Amino acid sequence: MGSEQDFDDSAALLEQVNQALENATPLRIQGSNSKAFLGRRVAGELLDTRSHRGIVSYDPTELVITARCGTPLAELSEVLDASQQMLPCEPPAFGENATVGGMIACGLSGPRRPWSGSVRDFILGTRVITGQGKHLRFGGEVMKNVAGYDLSRLMAGSYGALGVVTEVSLKVLPKPRQTLSISLEMDADRALLRLAEWGQQPLPISAACHDGQRLHLRLEGGEGSVAAAHDRLGGERLDSAYWQDLNEHRLSFFDEDLPLWRLSLPHDTPRLPLPGVQLIDWGGAQRWLKSAAEATFIRSIVEEVGGHATCYTPGLIDSPFQPLPDALMRYHRNLKRQLDPRGLFNPGRLYAEL
Amino acid sequence: MNILYDERVDGALPDVDKNALRLALQTQLPDLEILHQREALKPYECDGLSAYRTTPMLVVLPRHIDEVQGVLRLCHERKVPVVARGAGTGLSGGALPLEKGVLLVMARFNNILHIDPAARTARVQPGVRNLAISQAAAPFGLYYAPDPSSQIACSIGGNVAENAGGVHCLKYGLTVHNLLKVDILTVDGEHLTLGSQALDSPGFDLLALFTGSEGMLGVITEVTVKLLPKPQTAKVLLAAFDSVEKAGRAVGDIIAAGIIPGGLEMMDNLAIRAAEDFIHAGYPVDAEAILLCELDGVEADVHDDCNRVRQVLEQAGATEVRQARDEAERVRFWAGRKNAFPAVGRLSPDYYCMDGTIPRRELPGVLRAIAALSAEYGLRVANVFHAGDGNMHPLILFDANQPGELDRAEALGGKILELCVEVGGSITGEHGVGREKINQMCAQFNSDELTVFHAVKAAFDPSGLLNPGKNIPTLHRCAEFGAMHVHRGQLPFPDLERF
Repeated sequence: MGSEQDFDDSAALLEQVNQALENATPLRIQGSNSKAFLGRRVAGELLDTRSHRGIVSYDPTELVITARCGTPLAELSEVLDASQQMLPCEPPAFGENATVGGMIACGLSGPRRPWSGSVRDFILGTRVITGQGKHLRFGGEVMKNVAGYDLSRLMAGSYGALGVVTEVSLKVLPKPRQTLSISLEMDADRALLRLAEWGQQPLPISAACHDGQRLHLRLEGGEGSVAAAHDRLGGERLDSAYWQDLNEHRLSFFDEDLPLWRLSLPHDTPRLPLPGVQLIDWGGAQRWLKSAAEATFIRSIVEEVGGHATCYTPGLIDSPFQPLPDALMRYHRNLKRQLDPRGLFNPGRLYAEL
Repeated sequence: MNILYDERVDGALPDVDKNALRLALQTQLPDLEILHQREALKPYECDGLSAYRTTPMLVVLPRHIDEVQGVLRLCHERKVPVVARGAGTGLSGGALPLEKGVLLVMARFNNILHIDPAARTARVQPGVRNLAISQAAAPFGLYYAPDPSSQIACSIGGNVAENAGGVHCLKYGLTVHNLLKVDILTVDGEHLTLGSQALDSPGFDLLALFTGSEGMLGVITEVTVKLLPKPQTAKVLLAAFDSVEKAGRAVGDIIAAGIIPGGLEMMDNLAIRAAEDFIHAGYPVDAEAILLCELDGVEADVHDDCNRVRQVLEQAGATEVRQARDEAERVRFWAGRKNAFPAVGRLSPDYYCMDGTIPRRELPGVLRAIAALSAEYGLRVANVFHAGDGNMHPLILFDANQPGELDRAEALGGKILELCVEVGGSITGEHGVGREKINQMCAQFNSDELTVFHAVKAAFDPSGLLNPGKNIPTLHRCAEFGAMHVHRGQLPFPDLERF
């Protein structure tokens, strides 16, 4: 473990935050900038986290890895791989140099998410540079820890609005002994019904996607359960690289020259009557939409079924993230004001008001 | 340092005219049940941490969410502290009342609103018991995974407030991992929905922030949990060891073999003897430690895993490995563990249950240090351990009728928690801080970190009326506690072996 570039640069990051506090200059927190297309544009001085990198500790038998924010996600995966372990939430990288810090800030998870949990579910602890210019520690390296408020998990998906995450401890798991991907001829309506039905049974499904024509499934577990499920479900073998391509938006679906939307829905929602094309992931709970429809129209349909829609095409609309109800926004602003009173961190990235 | 609310260090509380408040509540909420007489208040003066008692000013038992809202609005207007309480099974005094506060009992909200098998969710009121959810889901082959040992009695609202755990956390997670949506009322009675029926929601993850916030940020009025398909089968292995170290290493070996057991529990000799004497589970009473390892899932995988784990245990030096032959024996093996607390209770008039977590590799050293502390304080300690996830439950045996023993037990408990922090663990894995560990929070977090926690509180409850004094100590309290106990520029336990 450890590479030549490993370096604890937290003192410099802290110094820059304190300088920014003094000068009242907002900061644009950035790793490799691989997820710049998400959220609103931020005006601010660049705070580059990549110099603060390296895996701080990893003990496979403790199922915990601790890494600095600038550590490339690829390096994290490699290290886990060598011990036959993984980060089960499969965070997408959207770029070769994606960092651990960006993974936490965006909180995006891959195909296994409905069965394994999200990035936030695997966070055990963080170190954070706060809006008061302090470098603090929340949570820790143990599986169970309910001392104080859970600020660590709050950081996941906060797009850097609440502080600079400099280090994170993550729960990891052994890789499954057996993996098998299959593809079944089935239309989308039927696939959604079958998925809801299979979900109530102890089947070893760990990914489920319908691309408009076929249902793709990944089975993971012990040899026995995977073989039994394969016998029962049948289908053609599918190259397991499919899931990487889906996760990184490399499938041809994503090439279509239309705005891209991510719809997060209750997984058993029937197919939504929206113009454009849809791809179903997460066993129905995440749907990708390529559509020229108006944001308000898409959101009204999605909201009606208890979901929300995020625009993945940059610059298309002012609020790529679904606007919050007034009361909830008020508490978001209160929290932002309390934790980042000078409005230093990524102002406006998540919402104009934050 | 006493843990009961002390206005001198915990902050002044507003003085309230009890009768005027009662009259106002009666006038505005004529159907609301209000308890105010001494004997009626008595059952509510403590929660599961029964060594500490405070009589609340008033107890209210609403039946409708509108009434909860009315109570909160009125108390907010009149600056009256409110302590929410569910089933009252909490072990850290999170629902310990205040003399100058209203105790808001949510236990009557005990309806299961909807079980949706296709969505695999249950929407329930906060007073629904943990086990009742699994029972209602059972006809659909589903269950709610987190199973704190009080699951027969504890309510889901309290589970969310404490981020409750149980014996299956390593594989199935804590409460926070099994929630979709929580409805809350803020301190001034405003309704917010955190999370959604979908797997994520826009904005900050306030659902994560609220889970485990101990009633400090809002009052939970409805909870939507995820349900899981029941594992097809579950088998349990019991392994005996002639040393605690070997048992501890065996746990690491199981994980290293790529196996995540559904449950993995350890008990030391004193706990084994107590449990065997009480339950007759068939435990080997001469063993220094036993491990209970439950493997669950699909039949074929569980069979393979049992063989693998058996091999690992034998190689790790187990003196005996037994697999429960049938369901009855499996239930008996677990009954011993699940009754370990009352079993230990039979050895002693009183016991005090701790809840620290540690990185698993630190187990042998921590157990040695606990043994040394036990000798130093002259109190026996039995150890029960969620070995899979590093959550220890040392049980300190004492007799409250012996002058000074409660104080000694408390002091010994405090030392054990500080020890957990020193080795990189936490003062509480699943029971919460409440009032019980309020002083040890000063050992786990520095004043800047505590200041951030107070800032979070201020974002939701700037007037500090929700459950004052719980979860996060004031800096004033820490300053006094620090002067008395820890810090002083030297490590605690200077005479103990370091590891």
